[in-house]
Amino acid sequence: MEVGIRGYGAYIPRHRIRVEEIARVWGADAPTYKRGLGLREKSVPTPDQDVITMSVEAARHAIRRAGIDPAKIGAIYIGSESHPYAVKPSGTVVAEAIGATPEIHCADFEFACKAGSEGMFVALSLVKAGQMEFAMGIGADTSQGAPGDALEYSASAGSAAYIFASTQLVAVCEETYAFMTDTPDFWRREYQFYPRHGGRFTGEPAYFKHTLSCARGLMKKAKVKPKDLRWAVFHQPNGKFPAKAAEELGFTSDQYGQGLLSPTLGNTYSGASPLGLTAVLDVAKPGDRILMVSYGSGAGSDGFIWRVTDRITKVQKLAPQTRAQLEDRPIYVDYGTYAKFRGKIRKLTE
Amino acid sequence: MIGPVRYWREIPQRYRYEAARCSGCGKVFFPPRLVCNACRGREFKPVILPQAGTLETFTIIRVAPSGFEDQAPYAVGVVRLADSVKVTAQIVDCDLETLATGQKLRLEFRKVQQDGASGVLCYGYKFVPA
Ligand SMILES: [Zn+2]
Repeated sequence: MEVGIRGYGAYIPRHRIRVEEIARVWGADAPTYKRGLGLREKSVPTPDQDVITMSVEAARHAIRRAGIDPAKIGAIYIGSESHPYAVKPSGTVVAEAIGATPEIHCADFEFACKAGSEGMFVALSLVKAGQMEFAMGIGADTSQGAPGDALEYSASAGSAAYIFASTQLVAVCEETYAFMTDTPDFWRREYQFYPRHGGRFTGEPAYFKHTLSCARGLMKKAKVKPKDLRWAVFHQPNGKFPAKAAEELGFTSDQYGQGLLSPTLGNTYSGASPLGLTAVLDVAKPGDRILMVSYGSGAGSDGFIWRVTDRITKVQKLAPQTRAQLEDRPIYVDYGTYAKFRGKIRKLTE
Repeated sequence: MIGPVRYWREIPQRYRYEAARCSGCGKVFFPPRLVCNACRGREFKPVILPQAGTLETFTIIRVAPSGFEDQAPYAVGVVRLADSVKVTAQIVDCDLETLATGQKLRLEFRKVQQDGASGVLCYGYKFVPA
């Protein structure tokens, strides 16, 4: 039995902040950040947007493309490191809002930026096991970087949702692979507002080791080479890392460019590679094969190879496309507004 | 501030825009009611509201009520979603200077209220430019 993606959806908030604006406040050199990180601007969630609201919108887009009765969705897994509640699932609100309750399994996943692809893998596997007809996996985040920290230039907001099934697929899952070690490159302890990271340590032994090992292991398992794949999508903590990883693996910018959203979106953490995949599906043609490799600090990568089917052309325009959302009437904010939106200003507590 | 119980009771309307259509005369009510004010009918079928409509009137709130102070100034508008249904909600992601009646808006899922730093988060709908 073939299983894969039946519907997909993306959601990106409309507010943006430019790298120059953040650099201005901290006395940093904007061109250095833009060149060094390959970032120009990032999305900013308003105070009324969070992982739950963005997940509902992305899930509704996925349902439109899947063309299913949401009551038949058997599981919903939301991967995020910024679930709005410390205790109380995000998934219950999302399932209720899309009309998928009450016969449904639900769990919130956490694994730094890999939580979204974790949810996708488990949802896909439940359908493959014949446990349910439809299952939903979502990656979403509204992550924060500490003021003045390098992460503040990239940490952004967005969500991608997938409905897995064995019928009327838009992309068949040909292979999966996972690669994980215990690597303390980025973490946040309980009650801490901002995460900490290992500086330069986040590159070679963390992002690159896991991303490259996962991609290589996946391609070996599937017996494919980069030239057999039309598209490649990677976790994108900035604009630089995924491009470098792609080229080291032998992919060209023609293969990885479409799914590389971070230069104008920023790092959507758990939403990053799932959102990149939505941007690829928006333009993919029947028969195209897609490699997708996530990365989450701590650390590990999930890999998937998808084969696009004929049905893709019928669903691409059924919901807002990802790059169209990225370009749709952006509202630029200054650092003060951004700091207010993100709760970075200390107020009198109630 | 709405408490968890009232919030919970209104979930079908707040999350899924569930309205009630009178089986007698077809009039749609949002929120649903027990007796139709047109034909006195007491039988209703649930319907989901259209999720886009036209802005009929609006106001800009500059002195906001408790819990909304940080959002001022913001717009609240009445939007016609169907023949008999008008919905009042906040309008966001819009330019307050150019907002105009007749504008096309659509519903989006947003956080509507939060009960301080430790209370329940209340989700529901707001309007955004279509
Ligand atoms: Zn009636």
